[in-house]
Amino acid sequence: MKRARDPEPKARGIRQSMSDLHTWAGLLAGWILYAMFLTGTVSYFKDETSQWMRPEQPHQRDMPDAARVAQRVTATLGTIAAGSSQWSFDLPDERTSVIGSFWRTPGAAAGKRTFESASFDPVTGQRTSARETLGGEFFYRFHFQFFYMPVLWGRWLAGLCAMFMLVAIVSGVITHKKIFADFFTFRWGKGQRSWLDAHNALSVFGLPFHAMITYTGLVTLMTMYMPWGAQTAFRTPAEREAMTSQLSAFIQPGKPSGQKAGLAPVDAMVREAQARWGRDKVGRVTITNPGDTTARVAVSRGEASRVSMSPQYMLFDGVTGKLIDVKDSVGGAAETRGVLYALHLGRFSDLQLRWLYFIVSLAGTAMVGTGLVMWTVKRRQKLPDPARPHLGFWLVERLNIASIAGLSVAMTSFLWANRLLPLGVAARDNAEINVFFAVWGATLLHAFVRPAKRAWIESLWLATALLAFLPVLNALTTDRPLWRSIEQGDWVFAGFDLMMWAFAALHAALALRVARHRPCVKPAGKRAGARATMPEREKESA
Amino acid sequence: MSTIVRHGPLASRIVAAIFGGYALAALASVAALALPMSKPQAVLTGMLASFIVYACAVIWVFAVRSARRAWTGLVIVAVPLLLAASSVWAGGRIS
Repeated sequence: MKRARDPEPKARGIRQSMSDLHTWAGLLAGWILYAMFLTGTVSYFKDETSQWMRPEQPHQRDMPDAARVAQRVTATLGTIAAGSSQWSFDLPDERTSVIGSFWRTPGAAAGKRTFESASFDPVTGQRTSARETLGGEFFYRFHFQFFYMPVLWGRWLAGLCAMFMLVAIVSGVITHKKIFADFFTFRWGKGQRSWLDAHNALSVFGLPFHAMITYTGLVTLMTMYMPWGAQTAFRTPAEREAMTSQLSAFIQPGKPSGQKAGLAPVDAMVREAQARWGRDKVGRVTITNPGDTTARVAVSRGEASRVSMSPQYMLFDGVTGKLIDVKDSVGGAAETRGVLYALHLGRFSDLQLRWLYFIVSLAGTAMVGTGLVMWTVKRRQKLPDPARPHLGFWLVERLNIASIAGLSVAMTSFLWANRLLPLGVAARDNAEINVFFAVWGATLLHAFVRPAKRAWIESLWLATALLAFLPVLNALTTDRPLWRSIEQGDWVFAGFDLMMWAFAALHAALALRVARHRPCVKPAGKRAGARATMPEREKESA
Repeated sequence: MSTIVRHGPLASRIVAAIFGGYALAALASVAALALPMSKPQAVLTGMLASFIVYACAVIWVFAVRSARRAWTGLVIVAVPLLLAASSVWAGGRIS
């Protein structure tokens, strides 16, 4: 504080430095952050999206019994994943229509951990006959590891961007003198002011959420981002294992004895877990060394039943079926991490809380989007010739169009591809993803060649059309049109179709606003000189 | 030459923020091992705290008046962390 009274011509106020930091940290990571925010937001309805993308898998009226499903899936894995040292599969919950499963590739080279995965029909226990698709899982994975790049690079990139976000949040708060008053200020149709007010309102409304989601996002991958403590502290495999057991319920296979032994009935173990936690509160079964005398079965507690991702499971001897151990607590720091992790994923939410997560997260997406747009709005007024901006401005403007409006087009195209790609296409799940990226790339090219305003309007209308006709396409290509979904009380399908219309309306409203928008540069054009000499104080509030 | 003089301090701050900040956060995560708790819990505490240290370091680097002050501040915070971390390294084992 002493420094403030110490006048120095070049020193700038902390608010100004923080404003610059906010602007640049926000801009540089902004495009990726926008995509992370939007794909992350829709991932709160990951399971519902997956259901919609597998229309052959019928609407589940009643939840199948977890114990019976576990027994069926184990039998199937015994044939298709025989010789694997680790199997793992989800148990049914009310939000999923298929059983996700993965297992270690049998006979993989030592030290190499490669996995195979499949989705099973809970009723038959066999591979689902539904179309091959990654479903909502694609948006979820893209959200933190992107695609077309090694998973580790993607996660580092996501971490770097999340760190930029955290810095942007803190510096954004310091920048604001009147954070409370700003929340209630909204000046419509005032150009830059309106963008600023929108950005402030969206940010302040969700501030605790945005800070929480950014920090907890880093926490989900912290063992990768900050490995130094663990590397210093743990020197033996046993120590490392003790650490892993604080974080994960995935039991690791020990050394197999080589002697064959049949697997005890898994349904009985799941029943024991149901007796402990509740009928629908069992989450996952992991089996190590099946078929060997050293087989172990871990039945873990469901994520929906508590606000923590810390491991809680019952460990059974795979041969005798006897309960060996019940793990129901971890250390304080590990539990803290488990809670933070769960807060990020929101899987404990009931329907209402899930919608709240979705809406606030959407506000976060809009916060990043309005921030990106504001960068250009603020600078356009200062351009010597707005018709011919310098390269940096031009690039930011175009990237904004492709990363905001273009992403909506690409994400919806992914859903169109899900309905339109022939079922027999090889690697169909990847083909859907290729459509997503091809369309996204096309929107970027489009943004490069068209005048900025036209590009905004055209891609927003394109997104509107794709969203609005998606329920129609669904009605034409599946036997689950909207009216039938409503009639049968299938609120996942009906809700999905209706949400597409809600999103279409949102995009249409944006397109109309952009079309009607007259940049305030035009009337003020003659006073451009006067504007440029305006006191810098105005900047401070941004 | 003049560009270097003009942009040097800013570049210095960016390096201090991104790499200096990460180094400080990493150091803090190791120093946390000196905390009186079991190893896995200390390791996790260090990890959880490190991102907050990182964010604060970046804010500090851009909040102060000069690049020199920015670096000085990072070093001053690093000293006690280094002492704590070195007790861990030297001890080889922690309780």
